[in-house]
This record gives sequence, structure tokens and C-alpha cells, in this order.
Amino acid sequence: MSKSKGTLISNLVDFRDWIDARFPLSRIWNEHLANYYAPKNFNFWYFFGAFAILVLGIQVVTGIWLTMNYKPSAEEAFASVEYIMRDTEWGWLIRYMHSTGASAFFIVIYLHMFRALLYGSYKKPRELLWLSGMALYLLLMGEAFFGYLLPWGQMSYWGAQVIISLFGALPIIGDDLSLWIRGDFVVSDVTLNRFFALHVIAFPLLILGLVGFHILALHEVGSNNPDGIEIKKNKDADGVPIDGIPFHPYYTVKDLMGAVVFLIFFFAVVFFTPEMKIPGTQGLFLESANFVQANPLQTPEHIAPVWYFTPFYAILRAVPSQLGGVIAMGLAVNLFLLLPWLDRSPVRSSRYRGRNYRIALTLFVVSFLILGWLGLQVVTPVYTWMARFFTIVYFLFFFLMPFYTALDKDKRVPDRVTS
Amino acid sequence: MTLFKFLTRIILFIFLISSLEVFATSNSKLMHMEVDLSNQQSLQRGAKIFVNYCLSCHSATYMRYNRIGEDLNIKDDILKENLIFSGDKIGDVMSIAMKSEDAINFFGVTPPDLSVIARSRGPDWLYTYLHTFYVDDSRPFGVNNLAYKDTAMPHVLWELQGAQQLIQSGKNVTVHYKPTYKNSLELVSSGLQSEKEYDKTIRDLVNYLVYMGEPIKLKRKKIGIWVIFYLSILLIITYMLKKEYWRDIH
Repeated sequence: MSKSKGTLISNLVDFRDWIDARFPLSRIWNEHLANYYAPKNFNFWYFFGAFAILVLGIQVVTGIWLTMNYKPSAEEAFASVEYIMRDTEWGWLIRYMHSTGASAFFIVIYLHMFRALLYGSYKKPRELLWLSGMALYLLLMGEAFFGYLLPWGQMSYWGAQVIISLFGALPIIGDDLSLWIRGDFVVSDVTLNRFFALHVIAFPLLILGLVGFHILALHEVGSNNPDGIEIKKNKDADGVPIDGIPFHPYYTVKDLMGAVVFLIFFFAVVFFTPEMKIPGTQGLFLESANFVQANPLQTPEHIAPVWYFTPFYAILRAVPSQLGGVIAMGLAVNLFLLLPWLDRSPVRSSRYRGRNYRIALTLFVVSFLILGWLGLQVVTPVYTWMARFFTIVYFLFFFLMPFYTALDKDKRVPDRVTS
Repeated sequence: MTLFKFLTRIILFIFLISSLEVFATSNSKLMHMEVDLSNQQSLQRGAKIFVNYCLSCHSATYMRYNRIGEDLNIKDDILKENLIFSGDKIGDVMSIAMKSEDAINFFGVTPPDLSVIARSRGPDWLYTYLHTFYVDDSRPFGVNNLAYKDTAMPHVLWELQGAQQLIQSGKNVTVHYKPTYKNSLELVSSGLQSEKEYDKTIRDLVNYLVYMGEPIKLKRKKIGIWVIFYLSILLIITYMLKKEYWRDIH
């Protein structure tokens, strides 16, 4: 390469070299983007990792601006949110982006997790990738839970009261534990203040750190793909996977296009139905009961968590004993952690798996959705029995997995990815 | 395919059960009104009704007078003359002079702030509530309400609506009679407005309350259309960019 001194390009190259001598800029760029080879057969389901990063970015940026006007005190919190909605320039947009972003985050993460179930992405050698993803999911649940208290509406308050009291059901340590979480005998100003600290500093830091871990783990083992084939097994003379393409520019431009599609849906909600008012609900993203300021002396008639927790809430209510319900709920969330070891099939992708796994996965998804719907409803005897039935289906997916996956009549997996 | 059949059966079954449940729980549906925020005159009339009839006991402490002027196209001097009675400044929020302790003495409760009442109750509930006051001598203010049983609020709009009475069941009632909000009450003494005029008054007021619950709602969707339009153009460009790059991948 000829370098004519003094031109703009050569100056920029010199500057890059100056940085490279002091910081691995080009190396990081190459390792993670330009020379990171991803399978060329990614489909629709492979957009959601990038979307999750996008939503995380939206939440961090809008969160910073919300913090500038929000007041974390029981006296002022509710009013300060309305102040943001009315008196702050574009405050309503920032607030709606943040509230919609919370639900969007869960939609994206649930689809991202479903992708892993569909194509066996949690299987060896991606166990740590899966575990770090699950840890991120748990952190996200905590982050959402803390954040939901901040508007200090009736649902914020009583939702927090109910969920914290669940810890009280644990034997011996229960009461002390819930007292320790609240910092008071009921949810109060003290609770609000500490939830604010956890929501805006502690959990975002943990999430950002773990996202870094998650991406590093991914780039170490390489991405799985819809065929569940290890592309590193087929390399050309230069050691480049034949079925791989550089992440940049191919997947950066593809994800850019995907991001625009995502934003169209996202802003359609933000501008046209920020409460996500579906008939029969009181608003899935912003509940109408949360437009009443928190009142510790008045329990609302119907307390339901936000939609993304309702499958687990339905499981909690399905079990007759409170302690049993809490344990079942905890298990329901955490059983995903064991997937890499419960799954005995040698095949990753459901494309080449036998009937057993496909039926099990379908039943699992159906029961997850129905439990989610049930968790939003007022309890009736019929609903309780439905919840019990689908809770059993939900757990059988995990408990029977070692058997039905081992007995499955898997198909032959091709050597190369299909397009 | 058997699996597909099985799943459709499950879903059908659930659908049937859930429709039964819905049927069993909602025997009285709220009266419905179409909210129309594009009708500025209706919103202006609603604002006037609000300050005249509601704002002495209910506050709206998140709403500023001049925001109403700005959004509903009311000039400052007209705003001061017609909507501000308390000596408040034009940039002030709509607060009231009544103290909370006094309110509890008068009504037994503090009347709620109405800034976001339309967001918590919903327009249909407000519309039904304001239509279904009826005479009930057992209540402190002589009225009860169908949408909110034993409400502490007096019927402040009675001079407009007149008095309604609950139709007693048993008399003039057919076998298949199902009580709804609409057919349970009859007007026994008329007010200053006809039933039609009163209905319009309530629609204006509820329209205004919906606006006050979220002032940006007047503009939000209009801005949204532009955002979606811009993103659609961007989608075309990014799609072409992606296509161009991916031409050499087979």
C-alpha cells in the first residue's frame, strides 16, 4: 500500500496505528466484527440478540433522561412522573419509550430464548453462553420488578407488596428476608428509595457487565444456526469456516435493516397505544390502576403483575399451598438453567429431531402462553384447574426431557448448512 | 396432521371455557361513548363544565391552565375570564382551596384529584357514572349511583339532568328482563337540560377529562405517523443496502 504523506486518509491511518500501538482497537474490531465468522444461514429468529442490545440501549438512554426529572420519594414520585408527562420537553416520549421498552425487552428475550430451544443453542459447547443468558434473564426480571415500583401507582405498590411477601413464605428466614428487602414493615418510602438505587445503578451495571460476558462467550464458541451444525468443522485452506461469513458487513447491514423493522413496531406502540390496551385487559404495558397514586390503606380489587411475569404468577396461584406455590414458581423460572444437561439428544436443531421433542416443545409453548393469559385473569375454579393442568404440562417438559429426548428418533443431520 | 388437530382442539376448548367465564362475570356492561379529541369545541365546553362543576371539590394538580389555553386554542384573557375563578395565575396548576380535613368532614373522603382520572377509570366508566345517579334517601346526599355503589359524591349536575329513580323490579318487567345501566333508571323530574342535551354535556366533560389525563394525546398520533413514515423510508434504504451486500452470498 502506497502512502502519500499529508493526505487525510494517511493521517487517519497514522492515527489508527498510533492507537493500535497503545490499545487493541483493530484487533477487537477484527475479532468481533470483521473477522468474526457467523453461519450464513441465520433466519428470522437470529435477529433477537441484536434487538436485545438495541432495547438495552434505548432503556439506558431514556432511563438517564427520566432520572433527571424523576423524584424517588413516596411524596413526590407519582407527581414527578406526571410532571415528566406534561411539563418536561418531550418527557412523554421518553417515558413511553422507557415503559414500552420494558415490555419490548421481555418480548425480545422470550423470542431469543425460544430460538435457543428451537435450535438447541444451549447444548455443548454453549453451556456457559446459555447460563450467562439465563443470569441476564433473571437480572432483567429484577430490573423490571424494581422499575415497576418507581411510578408509585397502586399497581406498583401492591404488586411489590405481593411479590416481596412471597419471600415471607420461605421457612425460618422468610419474615426477616422480606423485612430486609423492604427495609420497613410495609412497602414505603424506604423501599422506593432502595429500589431506585438498584434500578438505576446496581442492576444496570450487572446487566451491562454480563452482556459483555455473554457476547465474549458467544464469540469464543461461535454462533449456532438453524441447522445446528458446527460450521467450524468445515474450514477452507485459510482456516475460515466455509459456511461462515464475516459478521461485518454482512450481519451488521442485515441487523440494521432488522432494527428498523423492530423500531417501526416499537414506535407504533409508543405513539398509538402506549398502554397496550387490548380489550378485556386494563392495559398490558401501562395498567390503568397504576394511574392512581399508591395508597397503603386501600388494596385494589384485582392485583396482577405485568404480563411478562404472568406465566409464573399463574403457576404460583395454581399450587394450593403458599410455600409450594413459591417453590413451584422459583423452579419454573430456574429450570431453564438445567436444559444443557436435561437434553440427551445428540442433535441440536429441531429440524432434525424426532417427533418427541417437537411435540414437547409445542406443548410447552402453548402452556406458557395459556399460563400467561391465566395469570392476568381473576381467579375462578375453572381457571385454577386450567392453570394446574398447564403447570403440569410446563414442568413435564423439563422433568421428562431426559427420557423423551433420549428415545427420540432423530433424523440424519447434513454436513453443511442448508440455505 | 394429528398434532395440529390436537392443538386446535385444545385451543378451541380453552376458547369455549373462557367465553363461558366472560359471560358469567359481566352481566352489566358499562355504557359506551366514543371519545372524540379532534372536536375542539367539545373539549372547550368540557373544560368549562369541569371548572364550573368539578373544580371546587376536585383538584387537577398536574394540569396547568395555560396548557389548556395552548392546546384548546383559548386566548389568555378569555381563559382568565372564563376558566380561572380562584385568582390563580395563568401558569398555575388547577388546585383547589378546600382542605383535605374539611373535605373529610363534608363527604367522609377526600375527593380524588382528577388529572388522570380518565386513565385510571376509563371514559366508559366516567360516562356511565355521570349518567347513573339516582334518588336514594338512605344516602347522606340523597343520591346513589349505579356505576359506583354508595358513592360519597353528591349529584352536582342534578340541576342539569334532573332526578332519576331506580325502576323497581317486578312491575312492568318481562320474563327476560336483564337489568342494564340504561334501562334501570327513569327520569322523574326534569332538569334544565333535555336528556339529549345532558348526554352531550357529559360527552363534552368526559372528552375533556380524557384530554386532561394525557394532554399530548392530541398530538401524539400525528407525530407518530411521521415517525413511522420516516422509518419506512429508512427501511427501504437499509433493505437495499442489505440486498446489495448479500448479493455475493450463496
